[in-house]
Amino acid sequence: MNIHEYQAKEILADYGIPIPKGKHAFSADEAHAVAKTLTTKKLAVKAQIHSGGRGKAGGVKLVDHPDHVKTESEEMLGKILVTKQTGPQGKKVSRLYIAEAPNIEKEFYLSFVVDRKNQCVGLIASSEGGVDIEETAENHPEKIFHLEINPTFGMYPYQARQVAYALGLGEKKSFRDAVKMVLNLYRCFVENDCSLIEINPMILKKEDAVEALDAKMSFDDNALYRHKRIAEMRDPAEEDPREVAASKIDLSYIGLDGNIGCMVNGAGLAMATMDIIKLHGGEPANFLDVGGSATTEKVTEAFKLILSDPKVKTVLVNIFGGIMKCDVIATGVVEAAKQMGLKIPLVVRLEGTNVDLGKEILAQSGLDIISADGMADAAQKAVAAAS
Amino acid sequence: MSILVNKNTKVICQGITGAAGSFHTKQMLEYGTQMVGGVTPGKGGTDFEGVPIFNTVADAVKTTGANATVIYVPPPFAADAIIEAADAGIELIVTITEGIPVLDMAKVMQYLKGTKSRLIGPNCPGIITPQECKIGIMPGYIHKPGKIGLISRSGTLTYEAVYQLTTRGIGQSTCIGIGGDPINGTNFIDLLKLFNDDTDTEAVIMIGEIGGSAEEEAAEYVKAEFKKPVVGFIAGTTAPPGKRMGHAGAIISGGSGTASEKIKALKAAGIHVAPSPADIGQTLVNLIGEPAK
Repeated sequence: MNIHEYQAKEILADYGIPIPKGKHAFSADEAHAVAKTLTTKKLAVKAQIHSGGRGKAGGVKLVDHPDHVKTESEEMLGKILVTKQTGPQGKKVSRLYIAEAPNIEKEFYLSFVVDRKNQCVGLIASSEGGVDIEETAENHPEKIFHLEINPTFGMYPYQARQVAYALGLGEKKSFRDAVKMVLNLYRCFVENDCSLIEINPMILKKEDAVEALDAKMSFDDNALYRHKRIAEMRDPAEEDPREVAASKIDLSYIGLDGNIGCMVNGAGLAMATMDIIKLHGGEPANFLDVGGSATTEKVTEAFKLILSDPKVKTVLVNIFGGIMKCDVIATGVVEAAKQMGLKIPLVVRLEGTNVDLGKEILAQSGLDIISADGMADAAQKAVAAAS
Repeated sequence: MSILVNKNTKVICQGITGAAGSFHTKQMLEYGTQMVGGVTPGKGGTDFEGVPIFNTVADAVKTTGANATVIYVPPPFAADAIIEAADAGIELIVTITEGIPVLDMAKVMQYLKGTKSRLIGPNCPGIITPQECKIGIMPGYIHKPGKIGLISRSGTLTYEAVYQLTTRGIGQSTCIGIGGDPINGTNFIDLLKLFNDDTDTEAVIMIGEIGGSAEEEAAEYVKAEFKKPVVGFIAGTTAPPGKRMGHAGAIISGGSGTASEKIKALKAAGIHVAPSPADIGQTLVNLIGEPAK
């Protein structure tokens, strides 16, 4: 799960991480009120959307008077921002963050991630901040500093000192501040089950102090049950409404741009089903894993979700029944098709536990179902039916 | 022959009285797995389908001599269950549970270093040596004893591949689902090493998916040391970046972990990559020939 920059900064502030003074706003008047409480010469108006690259897309503006914060906010609110991460449809700005704009001496990069390969917490730091870390990795790999932190023992001060040295901070106040900041960020990472904390840029101010100028945080969905406050920070407006609906009924669904709706059991098979559709010249409309122990009701809900997408011209059901019995799937499919008055072609491939029973239920339903043998046959038939 | 499990493997089930634990214990018993015990704290002294239940894993091991466990306990308690099994000296810990927090798993993996325990999973279908021992949730009847080893990050896609083999008359030595989480126990390389030394495994199928770099690392190993033919498949060619595709570990992040990178690495290591998920069985046949009648 992702959160907004202003929410991330609220959490970071609780951990004593220095951040520029600021507050979020939902309207231009609120933004104006916030601006009047700030004291720096320059003020930042920052669009709050779940995407990087906001600056280049016009989502970050620096102004030099609280009144200009108001006019910039009026301009920015409601605007669709298209960044390199949002896709061409962009994202609508409905929240802003108004903050002081410090005097920057130098910009750094700092992030904590889950290091899958080494099965620990990973830290990445660079003396080059404010740019994409992928770009730095490509062009100046020598400027990237990596660290592995054993989560059982936690982060040691010497490791944080290594980071501060790698950033090029000398033995000054800012060095000690940076060490403290790195240790606090680690604590924040593990205590909140983060999957990412990215501070880009972390800045050295002209006044020999460090600050987190921008902040991105993501969390492990599997751990949200023990972080109620963070779970409440979810902003459904940032997510595909179909994915929000799916998560409410505990289904794994990802919307795509094609016209063949897919219902599959198991994530790997669901991905492979999308792949084979594409291989046969079609385009999948979604990823949908109904899970290993779905009930007839859940299958019905899944089916409704697929059909709620107006782009869907054909539905492909691909089930390999293990725990999931084919007759349960068949009953759910028939139920849903009848309830929704199915008007588009339906291709079904069933295999595994109770397959004969499942096929019989489909055959006797009176529905016009195209049955398929094997994945390739199913994909070919679905692609033909959709074109 | 086989790797890791066979007809002598003595298995206990942690979480045996839960819905999944009891259902699958019954299935495993029917398949012929030696289920020697179960563990549910507070229910020690009772039994399930004739299988004795213990309060602790240590008690179960002491009484039954179990050397493997299968864990179905819910995510918040799963890390504790794995560590309890390791402390009781269990050699093979198969964790089916899906949804364990990733930092819990990072700590578990650090804990297991230096113990004699091997973890399979979590978030996996388990391990099976056909007609000898099934530990997990896979449908037993699609398997057939034989000489192909299978390693996969997926569940149902593994069944699909097994089914393609069995319907072509090709049997399997051992099939292992290593799980779809970002941090898991046994990985591709660990199992490839075991298959390399298993005289009765002739070839291996490895099924990967987007996210992480486990497939690329396995490819390096295959190129350098693996002596047997390998067929590969990678799911997620059409997966969009930044989206978690069902499995917690199946995500393309920061442009890395894509299917095309993985396929490239596999091919560079001489692995025969099936172009379509429907061709996994046929790709193997093309490589090693039709099975002897």
